[in-house]
Amino acid sequence: MYKQRTIEVAVGIFMAAGLVALFFLAMQVSNMGAMLDSDSYKIQANFANIGSLKVRAPVKLAGVRIGRVETINLDQTAFEATVTMRINQMYAKIPADTFATILTAGLLGEQYIGLDPGGSENYLQNGDVIERTQSALVLEQMIGQFLFNKAGENNLETKSNAQ
Amino acid sequence: MTNLFKILKRLGRSVILLTSILSGIPSIIARPFLLIRQIYMIGVLSIIIINVSGIFVGMVLGLQGFYVLSQFGASQTLGMMVAASLVRELGPVVTALLFAGRAGSALTAEIGLMKATEQLAGLEMMAVDPIQRILTPRFLAGLFSMPLLAIMFSAVGILGGYFVGVGLLGVDDGAFWSQMQAGIDFNKDLINGIIKSITFGLVCTWIALFEGYDATPTSEGVSRATTRTVVHSALAVLGLDFILTALMFEEI
Repeated sequence: MYKQRTIEVAVGIFMAAGLVALFFLAMQVSNMGAMLDSDSYKIQANFANIGSLKVRAPVKLAGVRIGRVETINLDQTAFEATVTMRINQMYAKIPADTFATILTAGLLGEQYIGLDPGGSENYLQNGDVIERTQSALVLEQMIGQFLFNKAGENNLETKSNAQ
Repeated sequence: MTNLFKILKRLGRSVILLTSILSGIPSIIARPFLLIRQIYMIGVLSIIIINVSGIFVGMVLGLQGFYVLSQFGASQTLGMMVAASLVRELGPVVTALLFAGRAGSALTAEIGLMKATEQLAGLEMMAVDPIQRILTPRFLAGLFSMPLLAIMFSAVGILGGYFVGVGLLGVDDGAFWSQMQAGIDFNKDLINGIIKSITFGLVCTWIALFEGYDATPTSEGVSRATTRTVVHSALAVLGLDFILTALMFEEI
């Protein structure tokens, strides 16, 4: 029916095409390529509250993506979140007194870590900890505070009216 | 009641058949050409339908995704949407459905006809185990071809989405790929998609082989078995997909 050699060649091509497709998916489509082709170093930061920050969230400096969040753990002594970030080696000159903030992309977007560079001459090394951080803004807390302030203002007004 | 009994009996027979198919795997190593020939029949001959469907599914995803995303000003994330839906869901599922129609039905018809024309009985007369000789290579070939076909489907589909999104609708080229790479995780998305397609390959070929082997050996019986293969495979794939998705993506 079919020649043995034709079949073998066709199956070989099939296998090769499948592997090429897998390679394409791994390198071009998934984050595998980005993980492999770049050297990187780790830095840490402690936050009182990370909001809804997730692993693999971007780390940005001046809006440029320079790395990603690798792990998020809870420090059980200080009850703070310890966030480990992996920064691309291309961006090795980040001042040691950099300020880390958890920001939100757009109104409803995902949360990411924004870095504000300080003026120090020393640069962050592998394993260093960012000292100065600011937690995520939690919407419920903000609304609660706003309502609380409003109520306070009203009380003051009614009191002054009564006098 | 008798119906339930029949269903249970069929289920039992299918599990017994699967174990005897699996027990034939060592004997395949001595005759690799049996397997290669079946990979050709099942996998290679399905390449065209898989790739053509993949391109069109990807292109449609690109179009529809663009219309919806551009309403929210988020058309830049088109690449991620196309890739995620293809790699996680559409790649394995649509490939399995096409595979059941293209290869599964052919398997059932072939084996059903072998049974109707007593070729299987003839093999047994020659002291050749028909399950090891006929069914095991087909089973392995299906198990092996499905993930390769699903990967091809996803890759070609993403290229189709790229063609429509970037080429025709003017989404930014860099944003298309970078959003995709930021959103698709190798372990979580790709590997899970491949696990799905291997599962579907197992289930589809198992159903096809069992229906063929269990068919009533008449022309009507074979035609009914072929229909059942396609229907049961489609139901099994869609049901399993829900279960697998629930297990795999419970926490993002």
